[in-house]
Amino acid sequence: MDRTTRALLAAAVLLIGASFLIPDWVIFLATVIVAKALVVLGLVILWRTGLMSFGQALYYGLAGYAVGLAQAELGVRDAFLLVGIGILSSAAIALVLGFLLARYRDIFFAMLSLAFSMIFYGTLVRSETLGSTDGFSILLPHFLGYAPGSRAAGHDLLILTVVLAAAAAWLVHRYLASPMGHLTTAIRDNEIRVEYLGYSVERAIRVKYVLAAALAGAGGALVVLAVGHVDPDSTYWTTSGEFVFVTILSGAGSVLAPFLGSALFETLRAYATDYAPHSWQMVLGVCLLLLILFMPQGVWSLFGRVRRLGAKDKVAS
Amino acid sequence: MTALLEVRNLNKSFGSVVAANDITVSVADGEVVGIIGSNGAGKTTFVNMVTGYMKPTSGTIEFQGRDITMLPTRRVIAAGISRSFQVPQVFSTATVADNLLIAYGIAQGTRYPLWRPLHHGARVDAVDAALERFGILNYRNLEAGLLPQGVRKLLDIAMATVRGPRLLLLDEPTSGISVEEKFGIMDVIMAALRAERCAVLFVEHDMEIVGRYAERVIAFAEGTIIAEGAPAAVIADPQVRRYVTGEPVGARRFRAAPAS
Repeated sequence: MDRTTRALLAAAVLLIGASFLIPDWVIFLATVIVAKALVVLGLVILWRTGLMSFGQALYYGLAGYAVGLAQAELGVRDAFLLVGIGILSSAAIALVLGFLLARYRDIFFAMLSLAFSMIFYGTLVRSETLGSTDGFSILLPHFLGYAPGSRAAGHDLLILTVVLAAAAAWLVHRYLASPMGHLTTAIRDNEIRVEYLGYSVERAIRVKYVLAAALAGAGGALVVLAVGHVDPDSTYWTTSGEFVFVTILSGAGSVLAPFLGSALFETLRAYATDYAPHSWQMVLGVCLLLLILFMPQGVWSLFGRVRRLGAKDKVAS
Repeated sequence: MTALLEVRNLNKSFGSVVAANDITVSVADGEVVGIIGSNGAGKTTFVNMVTGYMKPTSGTIEFQGRDITMLPTRRVIAAGISRSFQVPQVFSTATVADNLLIAYGIAQGTRYPLWRPLHHGARVDAVDAALERFGILNYRNLEAGLLPQGVRKLLDIAMATVRGPRLLLLDEPTSGISVEEKFGIMDVIMAALRAERCAVLFVEHDMEIVGRYAERVIAFAEGTIIAEGAPAAVIADPQVRRYVTGEPVGARRFRAAPAS
């Protein structure tokens, strides 16, 4: 087991252990933090490739609606199935849109992904059957035939979220260490060389885009189950912007970074809205500004700095 | 010897500029051919067309008897052709070893399970052996963007050989390399390529290099082949002396194509 695997395992076990002791509102906050970190984990894969999707809320929101529709139309209540449906519907749409998006880079990629998410938002807002701007309620999930009450369901959902997120983060970690995973930074560095090594850059980007969408779908499905509601705001550009914000906050250094970044962001927002209900966005903005100035590699780079300092001390002594 | 590469009547124009005018070239298995010509003679365009990076306006390119004229680059590479670049194309934020590991990772494709890490024992050994062959093992842990030009060139060529190509096109392997180093570097390259037993087609400005390493030379001027044959004969050819090695005359390079 390498260091990242051990850290993931330890964090998952700790969080599940702590979940028996912490109050309900912290359980809810932790579920949202971990679920949203999955969306950011997907963006990290794209970011390493040199691409930033400014429309990831499309897949985040789409999965939420897929969960709601599966409950309402098909009567599916099982959390595992619902999350699976969320992941698959997001991945399927990304597979189609990927063919177009993989031809674009930089700001064009970002803006085109934003355009797709806004088309989806516009459609949702105008559709009466999907609840228009109000959205609709999501029922409490069942877990493999077990139907807990409201309190227990929240707790069970956190455990499911943590287990799924740890598994997903481990898989992404292994993926990034594999040759295909190294094609992220390789594409960012030099697309011509990748083509001349005999691999299709567009195909590689499509695969990464679908992976990112699947992770966003998992996050979206888990969040609506925790919140008990889905509405078009989940697909709005400010939601996408939030994911981009957290990606920059986290840094692309490790698969653990999105969880740290997401925890910082949600906690900061919770307290900022509490203390400054009318200007919390400004607080967040100032934080982002300071971050870009002093930690352009994200909060995860702090660990690298601490390690380097430690190494210097050893040399000095 | 049978023909490995068969290029027939290749034409390419960019607007009114003719970069290739009825080019016919044949390369035999294992042959080392030099291409010479002044700037803008169409040498790199020729390399780009053979490797599928540019499509010719007309003409055909056959490799091992198969028409590859319209194949995308990655299919041409898979068919057994590879190239290096005048400006080395490497992954500048990765280490030298990782550059080659990625190249091997792609080349091995599905033969190795995808979940195996890039830094897998057998693959690392293969990469170290390749670095040794090209004499750049000392640089293995250095970031490619920080390398001296000569080492970057060698890495670029090493990456081009990982698939074991049957034909390798080298675009100005000694450009940007000091006079003292150029023979040393060419010796390393040619020794490594002889070990691979592949045919080499190299574009070169330096007549000393061409004279020493090429078995046959093709001279380009204004997109046309003006001479072809043994190195000494081609270099001594009056046309070649006038257009390639002689004094440059700026205006002739971008003359419009004669109506055909």
